[in-house]
Amino acid sequence: MSLRLRAIEIQTPEGVRFSLLLAGPLVRFIAWLIDAVAIIGISQMLGRLLPLAGVISADLVAAAGLILYFVVSVGYGIALEWRWRGQTLGKRLLRLRVMDGQGLHLRFNQVVVRNLMRPVDSAPALYMAGGLACLLSANAQRLGDLAAGTIVVRAPKLPHPDLAQLLEGKFNSLLAYDQVVRRLRQRATPEAAGIAIQALMRRDQFEPTARVEVFREIAAYFAALAEFPEEALAQLTDEQYVRNVVEILAGRTRHGAASTPAPG
Amino acid sequence: MILDLPRFLATERIYWRELEAVLDRLESDPAKRMSLEEMERFHYLYERCSADLAKLATFSAEAEARELPESLVARAYGEIHSTRSRGRRPRPLHWFFAVFPSTVRRNLRPLLAALAITLLGSAFGAFAVWRDPGAKAVIMPFPGLEGNPAERVAQEEKGPPGMLRGHHASFSAFLMTHNIRVSIATFSLGITWGVGTTVVLFYNGVMLGAVSADYVRAGQAEFLLGWLLPHGVVEIPAILIAGQAGLLLAGALIGWRRPATRRERLRAIAPDLATLLGGVAILLIWAGLVEAFLSQYHRPVLPYPLKIGFGLAELILLLLFLGRSGASKASR
Repeated sequence: MSLRLRAIEIQTPEGVRFSLLLAGPLVRFIAWLIDAVAIIGISQMLGRLLPLAGVISADLVAAAGLILYFVVSVGYGIALEWRWRGQTLGKRLLRLRVMDGQGLHLRFNQVVVRNLMRPVDSAPALYMAGGLACLLSANAQRLGDLAAGTIVVRAPKLPHPDLAQLLEGKFNSLLAYDQVVRRLRQRATPEAAGIAIQALMRRDQFEPTARVEVFREIAAYFAALAEFPEEALAQLTDEQYVRNVVEILAGRTRHGAASTPAPG
Repeated sequence: MILDLPRFLATERIYWRELEAVLDRLESDPAKRMSLEEMERFHYLYERCSADLAKLATFSAEAEARELPESLVARAYGEIHSTRSRGRRPRPLHWFFAVFPSTVRRNLRPLLAALAITLLGSAFGAFAVWRDPGAKAVIMPFPGLEGNPAERVAQEEKGPPGMLRGHHASFSAFLMTHNIRVSIATFSLGITWGVGTTVVLFYNGVMLGAVSADYVRAGQAEFLLGWLLPHGVVEIPAILIAGQAGLLLAGALIGWRRPATRRERLRAIAPDLATLLGGVAILLIWAGLVEAFLSQYHRPVLPYPLKIGFGLAELILLLLFLGRSGASKASR
């Protein structure tokens, strides 16, 4: 049982892998609370409009009230998840989306089945059965999701990536040595570069001694791959050295422009 | 090799933005139909973004650079590879008269199992009340059913209950919504490997058998038939079909002697489950109308032979409907 963020990995027929971040029980519960408020709001609104038809028949108004409440409470999830492609109001606000378990579109029958399974998921109270199933299942599925073959994923609005913030406007003394730069780019692995970038991006989160230690180790690793002359390293701390290396690996040239792709 | 990330991003960002815009349009209007040119462009953008993602995954260290193309590929993958038909006109009559009955017939074993469980419960309930009338209070803890059947019949034959006068529509609506809720619960409890569904069906049978035994024992069989048949011949099969859906779900979960994975089995039955439950809802709307507007009227307002005849006619029509309707259309 874990509250860690979980993801499901899917491989397309083209051979590309992508992962979908699964929504946990807590965020789903909050989305459900929002939906519950929406259902109550819609019902209240209809409840205020219906008496206007009371001049025709009070009995018909009472019948319409019962049926409308039933239709809203049962049909809300079905109608919105179908119309908004797996989203209700609560899911939309929290950027969650119901998807087919294989990353495909939701089918109407899946929407119906997962929503009609709510009586067992909500038992004995406050979606305890569903929440427990969500915690225990590998793909964070409540019982309705298991029956319908659906998953609920996080669908955050992502910004376009921008490295400028990390690398822009700083002098890089290593760029003057083209041959060593090429050797470094040839020998460095993406994993090592990734570690260096992550270390730079999180540098303010480190304890001071840990920060010095981390950058010392990373700098030593890159120094072993390609040896720059002493004068290029003069006055450079390990952290500055790693920043310059990352800039090189990201493709900057001594003129500040993007270079051609590095040879393999 | 390391990817020249700034150059790569500068080149590909234009295509990612275009793909993002196409996906936003598709998601905001699910009924949108693309022209051939638009589809070709969309497919190109998807493949290009997929290739970018593969390059970033292999040659780039910057995990954050991968997030956007990954999310775009995930969104576009669903659009490209799903076969959801857009803009197809719904055909409710075809669905109800052809698809629903053929779905019931196609899953006959769980339906027969639901019937057997209910009959077993009925036999148990009838036996218990026949042998020990005091068991009524335990089996049927409802005020309307606890009293003497002969007294209730005498009361009912004086006219519909006062509380019902002028409230037929709301009573009918209550019956419909309540029975549909019970059906949904009967179905959804199938997730307990069928145990919950079996318990509900058995208990329904127990109550039915106990009520029947109580009235027959009191010499009120004609009243019983006139009271139950008009709505019961539709309501009880509807609950049985909900039980059928629950047992179908349980069967797919258990998957005994079936080579497919659990996910595949559940995926295969999902359309049938939705169809069965939709059909059940419609049957219960009819049963609710009949129960409120017909079943509550007794002799002398409505003679029992008329009510029984109506119920039998309904039963025959229902059997013909479930047994024959849409047989040729569904096989096409």
